This record gives sequence, structure tokens and C-alpha cells, in this order.
Amino acid sequence: MISDPGGFDDTPLLVAGGPPSNSLGGGRRRSKLHGRRAIAVSAASTVVLLGVLAALFFYAPGSAQVRETFFNIPDARTAFLGNPRGGIFSELDALLINIELFLSAEVLILILAMVIAMVRQLSGPVTFPLRMMAIAYTDFFRGVPLLLVVYAIGFGVPALNLAGVSTQPVWVYGLAALVLSYSAYVSEVYRAGIDSVHPSQVAAARSLGLSHGQTMRSVVIPQAVRRVIPPLLNDFISLQKDTALVAVLGIIEVNRAAGIVSSTDFNYTGYTVGAFLFLLLTVPMARFTDWLIARDRRRRQAGVAH
Amino acid sequence: MLASLPPPDTNLALQMEGVRKSFDRNLVLSDIDLGVAPHEVVCLIGASGSGKSTLLRCINLLEDIDQGRISFFGEEISAEAVDVNQLRRQIGIVFQSFNLFPHMTVLQNLTLAPIRVLGKSRPQAEAEADALLGRFGLLEKRKEYPDRLSGGQQQRAAIARALAMQPRVMLLDEVTSALDPELVAEVLNVIRSLAKAGMTMVIATHEMGFARDIANRVCFLDGGVILEQGTPEQIFRQPQQERTKRFLQSLTEAGRL
Ligand SMILES: Nc1ncnc2c1ncn2[C@@H]1O[C@H](COP(=O)(O)OP(=O)(O)O)[C@@H](O)[C@H]1O
Ligand SMILES: [Mg+2]
Repeated sequence: MISDPGGFDDTPLLVAGGPPSNSLGGGRRRSKLHGRRAIAVSAASTVVLLGVLAALFFYAPGSAQVRETFFNIPDARTAFLGNPRGGIFSELDALLINIELFLSAEVLILILAMVIAMVRQLSGPVTFPLRMMAIAYTDFFRGVPLLLVVYAIGFGVPALNLAGVSTQPVWVYGLAALVLSYSAYVSEVYRAGIDSVHPSQVAAARSLGLSHGQTMRSVVIPQAVRRVIPPLLNDFISLQKDTALVAVLGIIEVNRAAGIVSSTDFNYTGYTVGAFLFLLLTVPMARFTDWLIARDRRRRQAGVAH
Repeated sequence: MLASLPPPDTNLALQMEGVRKSFDRNLVLSDIDLGVAPHEVVCLIGASGSGKSTLLRCINLLEDIDQGRISFFGEEISAEAVDVNQLRRQIGIVFQSFNLFPHMTVLQNLTLAPIRVLGKSRPQAEAEADALLGRFGLLEKRKEYPDRLSGGQQQRAAIARALAMQPRVMLLDEVTSALDPELVAEVLNVIRSLAKAGMTMVIATHEMGFARDIANRVCFLDGGVILEQGTPEQIFRQPQQERTKRFLQSLTEAGRL
């Protein structure tokens, strides 16, 4: 029997970095003073910068005209709420289409990209054609502009007249284009995550008798996924705004609705409203991603890996 | 050439015959013959780079060999058709760098393979894991993640994880080399208890004092061959080969013997 001398059990392996408590207190006081000053300085410089930009905007020779065509208040109202009698769609309603598109696209992308990444992980001559296809897939869809993929699928697939495939509602083609294109990127993100798991983890799992599949599922993927969440969210931020591209298929999402408002009012305010709505989606996601990255960094520095 | 070999010795737990292994052009094991009887403890000593780790990894089929034959209780395991997963359940290996799974608690580390590979129920696997953790003084750490443990605790957990598969042979690869000196003893004590319980072990080590008192046999590896082997007494007191003498001499000068 081996009994552990109590001392070892109480010794933490890694102590969070930082000086002993008394000097920490001093440091904190100093940084608080420093902090107040820093806030004042940054507030002042922000006000100055915004002031300069505003001055440039308002004193530009064409300022009045731009304000009229891009920032027209009554037109903004119409763009937000729509005008059923005038055949104008509410951009706020249209935003729901964008949200539905990117939410369903995200789920499908996470799955398809994982399948592609797994196929590229396979080894051995039997699976060579599969691997080649996966490589060709990622090369192709990362190389072709998304807009062209939207056109090709939105107009090409219906023209094929394939039973069942060619008679879907338009949004299905839009969604398919987004999923196909983004899965190529996301599979690379997954792959980088898988590669970042040290080979000794695989050796440890295999030495316990786990198969390749079990090792991937229980040991490699869980560690990889944790590490790729921030870059994954980054890709999803651009996915959110790229849902605007399906407008070319005639789907009434924000971009399309903005186009309709603008051409009816002969005014670009509808697009300004559209931009604002996209920011409403993407900015929280961007802040969340940064917060996750910062939290990860703090934890790594404290020696906690999860 | 293989056809001319007699059948493997069924009295040996492990048998390596004419094993050769190279990485690209680098011949790492050039002609290894090594038999390990059941309940025997064999220590591999030798300079860094002499091939100790590679030898252990070949036994566990983590590396393919180029030539020769490896047998496990009389059955050839270096053949193409061997089910490696089936074999690895029976041979435990512990690495210098612990390699615990960082995203799992100590308990999950111990139960993963028994549940997934042996098909044990979770309650049974956990009960067995707890018994091992209790034996190794780690019961309070069962719900901790590895990075909350000291190096010595992590290495004991890694040994327990290998034992949870109830292997017939254990391979230990310099399991104390990554530890702070004050944590070495607790790990060596665990290994001593295994030897006492009759576990068949092949141990690569730099701890000569430990090798001297735990090994039934010591093998000195040099340039990919077992240059000299014998009882600890023979190797440490009356080494025959010049290179063995020089290796031991260098350790004495470094204060490690
Ligand atoms: N995966 C590998 N690829 C290439 N060379 C390797 C690999 N593993 C070990 N070697 C080489 O094999 C030799 C023996 O290494 P190793 O078995 O680790 O020795 P030891 O454990 O005795 O220090 C070294 O020269 C090392 O560089
Ligand atoms: Mg080694």
C-alpha cells in the first residue's frame, strides 16, 4: 500500500502568477491611479477624434446632400417598419430571414466541416480518393467567391431540372451556397485544432487500446474544439453579414429589402439602416469572441487549461 | 529469414528476436534479443538516444519494426495481422511526460479505456478506478483535472490509468525524469509496490539506485544493441564491457550513482 504524505496533496502544481500579496496591494493602488488618468485621457482623445470626424462630415461641401440621401429620418422610419401599401418590406422583419439563415447555416457548417476535417485526417491507401475529394472540395470553395457560388447554385441547380433537387424554395439554394462555402473554411479551422493536439495524447490513447476512431472522439476532438472556438466565432461573424449575398436570388432579407426601399424613395437611407442592422448582429458576436479569447489567455496564464 | 526462426518461447512474457528499427537512415535498434519471464523486472539503462524509448514503443506496437520478431506469451505480435488494439489492452505503457488527458478528471482518465475498450459498466469501472486511486493515495484527487495535480501525482495517476486496463505487462519509460527531485520517491514507491505484487515490467530508467534494487536483470543499451546484461550486481559491480564501465563512470562523476 502506498500512502501519500499529505504535503504533496496540498501543493498546487501551478500558482497563479503575481507577486506576494503585500506588493500586489501596492501594485493595485498604483494601477488604479494610473487607470483613472488613463480613462480621462482616452475619453478626451476619443471626443477630439469624433469631433474632428464630425466637423469634416458637416463642413464637407456635399454634406447636406449626403445627409439627405443617407440619413433621412422619415425614410429610415419607412425602412425599419416597411409600408405594405407602397410594397416596401420592413427591414426589421427581413432581418429575421438573415438570422434564420445564419443559424441554420451554422449548424450545418459545424457538421459538414467536421466530416471534411475527419476525412482529411484518415490515413492509408484505401481512403486516398476520399482524401483527394476533401482536399479538392476545400481548395475549390475557398478559392471561388461566395457570390459566384450563390449564383451557380441559385440559378444552376434549378436549371438542371433534377427531380426533387431542382424544385426547392429559393432560400434552400442560398443556404446551400453558404454552407458549402463556409464549410471549406471551417474544416480548415477544425484541422488546425486537431493538429494542435500533441501526438503524445494520441499515443497515450492508443496505448490504452482505444481505436483510431475512439481516440479522435474521446481525446483529440474535445481538446481541438475547445481551442478553435474563437477562430470559429470569427468565421461566423463574417457568415452573419454574408447572408446578405443571397439577396441576388430574390430572397427578401435585409440587403434586398434595403434595395427595394432605396429604389422606391430614390434615397440610400435604406442601406444605412441595413448596415446598422448588420452591426446589431455582428458587434455583440465580435465582443463575445474577444471576451472568450481574453478569458482563455487569463486561464492559460493561471495554468488552467479548460 | 523469419521462416527459419523456431516458434516463440511460450514460457516468456515478452520475447524480442533480432529486432531492427530505423527512422529514415538512422538505425536506432540494430539487433535486439531480449526475453522477459513472467513476474520479471527488467531495467533498461543507457545514454540518452541509445534507443530505450524506441524499444518500449516497439513492444507496444506504437512503432513498426523493420525486421525480427516480437512475441507476447508465445504469440507473435509483430505480424501484420495482429489486432493492435486487442494487444495494447494487455500491455500498459507509462511515459516520461505523463500524457494524462487534460480535458478529463483523474477519474475519467482512469475509466475511459475500461468503459470504451473493455465494455465495463461505468459503476464498475469507477469502483475499480477508486480502488487504484486509493492504493496510490489519490482518492481525494479523483474529480480534479490533471493540471491541478503535482507532477508526482500526475505520474501516479498515469500509472493507475495504465493499470486500470489490468495489463499483463507494464512498460515504464523514464517515468521520473520529468519530476522535481523531491517527487521522485513517491513514484518509485508505487513502482516498487507493483514489482512486489508480481507485475512483469520493462523499465527504462536513469535512476541507477532504483534499478539496482528493483531489477531482476539490467540491460545496458548502447548504439541500438544490448551491449551487456546481467543481474544488478554483475552490471553495477563487475561490468565486463568497456563502454558499460565508461557509462557508469560518467554517472558516478555526475553524482548520480
Ligand atoms: N519518431 C522518431 N523519428 C525519428 N527519429 C527518432 C524518433 N524517435 C526516436 N528517434 C531517434 O532514435 C534514437 C533513439 O531515441 P530514443 O529511443 O528516444 O532513445 P532513449 O529513449 O534511449 O533516449 C535517437 O537518435 C532519436 O533521435
Ligand atoms: Mg527516452
